[in-house]
Amino acid sequence: MADKNTNKPENNGQVADPSRRNFVKNSGIAVGGVAGGALLGGLFTSQFGKKDDKKSSSGADKKPEKRYEEARMFFTRFADFAILEQATERIFPEDKNGPGAIGLGVPYFIDKQLAGPYGNNVKDYRQGPFTNGNGTAADSSLNRGEIIINGLRKMSDESMKRFDAKFDDASEEQQTEILKDFEADKVQLKGISSKAFFKLLRTLTLEGAYCDPLYGGNRDMEGWKMKEYPGSIASYANMIEEKEFIKMDQISLTDYQPK
Amino acid sequence: MAKMLPKTDVVIVGSGWAGGIAAAELSKKGYKVVGLERGKAQVREDFIGSKDELRYDSRKVMFQDLSKETLTIRNTTDEVASPNRSNDTNAINGTDTGGSGVHWNGMVYRWLPTDFEMLSKTVEKYGKDMIPKDMTVQDWGIKYDALEPYYDKFEKATGISGEPDPLRPGQRSSDYPTPPQKETEIIRTFTKAAKELGYHPYRIASANLSEAYTNPDGETINGCVYCAFCEAFGCDFGAKADPIATVLATASKTGNYELRNNAYAVRVVHENGKATGIKYVDTETGEEFIQPADLVVVSGFVFSNTRLMLLSEIGKPYNPKDGTGVIGKNLTAHQRNLTHTRVRGFFDEKKFNRYAGTGALGVTMDDFNVEQLDHTKLDFLHGFCLRTSQRGDRPISNNHVPEGTPSWGPEFKEKSLFYANRRIDVQQQNGALPWRENYMDLDPTYRDVFGDPLLRVTSKFHDQDRNIVKYAHQRSKELLEQMGADYITVPDINEDTEFDKTSLSDHTGGGVIMGENPETSAVNNYSQVWDMDNLFVVGASSFPHLGSSNPTATVGTLAYRATEGMIKVLENGGQLIQDGKETAAAK
Repeated sequence: MADKNTNKPENNGQVADPSRRNFVKNSGIAVGGVAGGALLGGLFTSQFGKKDDKKSSSGADKKPEKRYEEARMFFTRFADFAILEQATERIFPEDKNGPGAIGLGVPYFIDKQLAGPYGNNVKDYRQGPFTNGNGTAADSSLNRGEIIINGLRKMSDESMKRFDAKFDDASEEQQTEILKDFEADKVQLKGISSKAFFKLLRTLTLEGAYCDPLYGGNRDMEGWKMKEYPGSIASYANMIEEKEFIKMDQISLTDYQPK
Repeated sequence: MAKMLPKTDVVIVGSGWAGGIAAAELSKKGYKVVGLERGKAQVREDFIGSKDELRYDSRKVMFQDLSKETLTIRNTTDEVASPNRSNDTNAINGTDTGGSGVHWNGMVYRWLPTDFEMLSKTVEKYGKDMIPKDMTVQDWGIKYDALEPYYDKFEKATGISGEPDPLRPGQRSSDYPTPPQKETEIIRTFTKAAKELGYHPYRIASANLSEAYTNPDGETINGCVYCAFCEAFGCDFGAKADPIATVLATASKTGNYELRNNAYAVRVVHENGKATGIKYVDTETGEEFIQPADLVVVSGFVFSNTRLMLLSEIGKPYNPKDGTGVIGKNLTAHQRNLTHTRVRGFFDEKKFNRYAGTGALGVTMDDFNVEQLDHTKLDFLHGFCLRTSQRGDRPISNNHVPEGTPSWGPEFKEKSLFYANRRIDVQQQNGALPWRENYMDLDPTYRDVFGDPLLRVTSKFHDQDRNIVKYAHQRSKELLEQMGADYITVPDINEDTEFDKTSLSDHTGGGVIMGENPETSAVNNYSQVWDMDNLFVVGASSFPHLGSSNPTATVGTLAYRATEGMIKVLENGGQLIQDGKETAAAK
């Protein structure tokens, strides 16, 4: 499965395109389930190495752009990040409308958020005693970064227990089943409810899909394009009264802010 | 040991609408005024290029810094309260120059004549048995007609764009300073349906101005460009009336106003029944100061005002067991998981430009407000406005889908994209009446960064609160049916619906309430503390209850009234009201 993992030392030199890795896995499921994940991955490798790969999120004709900002700031173990990638893709999957969480850069967005003030609850009230009163991520004595790590590892434990497969090697259906059980609070987590962990993960995923691209999510404004959201348009004064829907090109803060 | 600073005429805690209005009016009169603002300095340039949903709306960087101070919350007096730790669940309390007035949506409503005489009007119409046990509703000690000139003054200072409510003829002394904002297809759709049902829709009055306007103090506010970044944002274009663009600018021009930022007020200092100044901490250096003044004004958010009174041991703390005492009494709110729930209509064939808009761009109606209803046939008191507004949907916070759709996964993605622009919401906002055990006091366990007890909120819902919202949701649903919505989602409010222990709402009132006499209220109708003549506590803390619409105009109105009182006290001293009548000092 991990053959396209360019974060692993033996694969260095390749350009990371996580959406391809996801496609490999999905294809694996289509052809025969999880058991042969690594094998299938191997079979598909050469095919996906081709420049004209239609499944690439960066389009048919473009050479994949090297993204120097897509390295991990927060996650130390790649294994944790791999679970995060698959979990966010289940929450916001690739479909006919366009890219899913991985193609939009959501995992790297989350990595950056957890490395910063939000992941460390810097603006929150953090004095004890903690009673986890409202069962939200902020009410936990763990910070958001710790919550995500613990939750992802628990998801992997559940996957091993139930399916004898790592979470990121499990089938989409199996991954979804685990996520649903976390959402329904059916799994015991330390320091927070699995429901509150899932809520945080879902929130971060949507934030990564739709934030300004400056944060590393919403890659190429594809999230906004799918939603027909124009972004940072200076003024709508000339069209606000129109009866019909008006589709606009997207503007990011990079283009909007005065320099 | 706190350092004693040179004395000034007036010291004001807070630089939002209440503190800003006091600063402008007092400094224009020539008084030397020092303002203390717990947050950082900010100017208009800080908002240029700030269309960033994640930073401002999701991460809420313009809101209170909870690492310094927060609330603890519980439903009932036999529970242990726990702290509200994050701005994810916090009320949108402001901080920094201009306070919440900088990141408001800009909806401006006048409250109804009945609001100010809620107890006597209800008893007069229905008899005293109509008031539920444990509802601590009371009159404000002033009537609408006496407040009308101050509403007018606030609207002129802010240039409000609007049109009169057809159900309230004769209640305005003059027109809105600027005409309503532009009309959108969503507004047209709501208006048409409401008229077809025989209602009286009119445009929501807006502080996002329809055209450039210069106020009587010479401050100019620009015309709105409908860019869709109002709530939680400062205005990129100087087109939203906020304290920075209006009253603080006026105060500043006089040369008599000094605003100190990063100055966290921790006590009202007092001696022999007279306020002598404010003790504050400079949060950049950690130093403590006392700013002495002839007149002291406390004008923060409800929570700050109430907590400062309790920490300073001024006035008698309210006791919910026997109803004695006043500080902390009559906490009310337009709670987010009750009042602020919305009925949503989804349209398969209609697509609206939902990404465009402004905070107060919309249409409203008062056909179900307190004065229009016959309460003998209903299981609630007061009433509500219905409305729709087009704030400009931002993509992270707007992922609404018809009922029955999962909240993530393939179907969620498909439908949240499909309906992103195919939706109209109808929102109700109801009067929030006070209850004996909904109140504030000091928490026995949790402390702030300075070592002082946090403020504790005790609040739960009653049948009245749920009944009015359920009734309003049904009226909202009928409106959406008339508009032709294909799917309508009505929030499930049932007897188990309870206050969810977030920090209430940006619309919160009470704690230092105004009234007719010192036994049942903390301040008189000038917001002057009954038992400390040179201390004024101004803001939504004065509200004995919340009306059925947005509170900011009423905050501004009471602030103009209060400032008139302050000037009288600076000139003559003394208590302005005795036995319900204005004293010689007030003349």
